[in-house]
Formats: sequence, structure tokens, C-alpha cells
Amino acid sequence: MSIHYFANPARFTRLAGRIQPWAGGLTAVLLLIGLYMALVEAPADYQQGDTVRIMFVHVPAAWMAMFCYTFLAVASAVALIWRHPLADLAAKASAPIGASFTFLALVTGSIWGKPMWGTWWVWDARLTSVLILFFLYLGYMALWEAIEDGQKAGKAAAVLALVGAVNVPIIKFSVDWWNTLHQPASVLRMDGPAIHSSMLWPLLIMALAFKAYFVTLLLARMRMELNLRRIRAMRLAERTS
Amino acid sequence: MGNMEQFLSMGGYAGFIWPAFGIVLIVMAFLWIASMRSWRKSEQALASLRQHRRQRGDIEE
Amino acid sequence: MTRKRRRLYIVGGFMLIFATAAALVLAAFEENIVFFYSPTELARMMEQQPIPPERRLRIGGLVVEDSVGRDMDGVTITFRVTDTVEVVPVKFRGLLPDLFREGQGIVAEGSMAGDGTFIATEVLAKHDENYMPKEVAEALKEAGQWQGDHE
Repeated sequence: MSIHYFANPARFTRLAGRIQPWAGGLTAVLLLIGLYMALVEAPADYQQGDTVRIMFVHVPAAWMAMFCYTFLAVASAVALIWRHPLADLAAKASAPIGASFTFLALVTGSIWGKPMWGTWWVWDARLTSVLILFFLYLGYMALWEAIEDGQKAGKAAAVLALVGAVNVPIIKFSVDWWNTLHQPASVLRMDGPAIHSSMLWPLLIMALAFKAYFVTLLLARMRMELNLRRIRAMRLAERTS
Repeated sequence: MGNMEQFLSMGGYAGFIWPAFGIVLIVMAFLWIASMRSWRKSEQALASLRQHRRQRGDIEE
Repeated sequence: MTRKRRRLYIVGGFMLIFATAAALVLAAFEENIVFFYSPTELARMMEQQPIPPERRLRIGGLVVEDSVGRDMDGVTITFRVTDTVEVVPVKFRGLLPDLFREGQGIVAEGSMAGDGTFIATEVLAKHDENYMPKEVAEALKEAGQWQGDHE
């Protein structure tokens, strides 16, 4: 089973140590390019004017919110089914990143909605399900903190993650299944992107920047969790010897 | 400069656009710094714990 | 079977059961979680029984061309909303959103008056998923290929 190749913590640490700086550098470069394109180069929209620029942070944040949760849920399933030693660490490490992006998606969406829709918030299916996603992240992180035993905490958190996973397709298809104020998808749709290339490129660059950011922080947080696990094990061994 | 004014005012929507980008950068920077700090602290703690054990003569780990 | 396979089936089965439960709950609450009704859905509802004026609801649709005007009191704005099948007249006192214009999608919250007019207390603009620069929109309009401001 190839995922067990990375089960060796030492091997993971070595690989992570090599990749992390590159991912960090890539994040910085892509963010600079993306922000320049979003704020300076991209044209104003025929309908929304300059507020369309908020899309260049709102949409990548929303994509990352869902991607991180999918990652977290898959890692949780791997932890529960294959008992992969690093899987629950990966899930735990990704949670704060996903929660932050969900928060940003909600806040930037609200800021965008006020001038364009005329309101800061509505309880339509899209916005409500993303808010639920935010609470799922918080609940997931709380479980890890609340339960003393690391193994038990990981199991409980993994179960919550899988229960909440049903929310991800609901978020994606909410604009199709129900009447919503939030508009349908502009990029990932059957007929191809409904965004002009002059706006699609800044969006994709920013999305890549956020991805690289996720990889960088995921590796750093996983290494931290691994270190904490080792420290705990050493202290435990000291006490019992 | 006319262009700079135009850029900053964002067609009149400056009050929405700049706070939106601002909070994105602030939150992402905060998470980055916090994560890197926690990680480095854990590296130091692990290194000093290993050092401490070596000094005490514990060979195993 | 191996313990791993058993765990796989337990997790998979659990997910399936939960997803089914969620789908059933959502379907059951469909009536209560409607965010807005289209003019056709509204018409169908009114056919079955008249809608009491105390009931607050939302309608959504496109603003009919050349339908925007002012009431005799000079303050109330009137317009008609359609989903290309049915039409609902709307009356509204208040601030319209920036994007409000003829042909634009809107969602209005309010209640039905006895005469079939919708008295709105809030009007929100609903924009579509298309994004393009002004020049491209102009070019499309000139070439006669403009799809319209609606989705």
C-alpha cells in the first residue's frame, strides 16, 4: 500500500523539510503576482464594476474551504480504516487552515454582497451551508482539545469529520438544488467558465497561491504535531522508567 | 496622481474592496506566523529534550 | 475478512446511511426552507388557496422591461417581476440596490396584498454568474449576440 511509504515519520520529516521552503517561496511569488493582477491589471466588470475584484479573494477562499474539508475528511477516513499513523495528524493540522479560509469566504462574501445584492447576509442554502461548514471546523478542533486521550480524541474527531462530509456536496450543489440569492457556479460548470479570460487568470493564480499556502502551512503544522507527539512519548517514557 | 486616486477609490467601492483584501491578508499572515512559531518552538523543545537526555546518559530514543 | 476491510465497510456504510438521512431530512423540510418563490410557484400556490397578508415570503425573478415606474403618491416604486411564464406586480417603498434595473434579477421580501400585488419591504439584486469587461459586453451587444442581463 503506497500510502504506508509515508508512514515512517522520519521519512516524512525529511521530505517535508525539503518541500516546505519551496512551497513557501512559491506562495509568496504567486500571491504577489495574483494580487497585482487582481487589483491593477484585471478590468472592471460590465455589471459589478470594481467590486468584482473581491471575487479574486472570495472565490479562492471558498474553494480552499471546501478543499481543506475534503482533505480533512479523507485523512480521517484513512486514519479510521487504514490506521495510517500520520493520517490523523494531517487532518488535525489542516483544520485551522480550512477554518480560516471558511471565515474569509464568509466575510469577503458579506462585504461583496452589501453593495451588489443590497444586504450583508441572507439565509439562503449556499450561505447557510458554508456557515455550517465553519461550525464543523470549530467543532472538529474543539474535539481534539476537549478529549484528554490523544487516540480517543483523534477517533472522535474523525467521526465528526466524516459525518460533516455530507455538507460538501450540499454546498457545491446548493445553488442548483434550491432557489438561492447566491448565483450559480461561474467556473466549474458543464458549459465551461462563464468568466472572461482577463478575469479568469487572476482568479486561477490566486487559487494556486492559496493552494501553495495550504501546502506550506500543512507541512509546518504536521511537523509540529509530530514533534509534540515525540515529546509527549519521551516524557511518558521518562516518567515510567 | 490621477491614476493613484482612481486606483485607491476603486470606482467608489473603496470602502468595500480594501477592507476585504485587508482582512484576507491579515488573517493569512496571522495564521502563517502563528503556525511557523508553534512549529519552531516544538523543534526547539524537542532538540533541548534530546540534548538533556544525552547529557544524562540516556542512549535510547 | 480482514479487520481493515471490516472497518472500511463500517465507515462506508455509516456514511451512506447518514447521507441518506440528510437527504430525507432536507426533502422533508423542503417547504419550510424555500428561500424564494418564482412567479409561477406563487401562482400555483394562490390557485390552491389565497395567501394571507400576514404571511411573509420572498419572490424572485426578472424585472420586466419598461415596467418600472412610480405610484401616484410619488414615493412608492412599482414594477413587475417575471420568470418568463408568470408575472407579479410589485410595490416598494425604500432604497433599491445599485444593480437594480430592467431585465435584472431580483429577490423581494414582503407579503401579498388582496389584489395580487406583492408589497415588498426589501428588494435585493440577484446577479448572474457571467463576468466580463465592459468592452466585451459592448461588443457582444453590437454583434447582436447579447444573451441579456439574466441567467
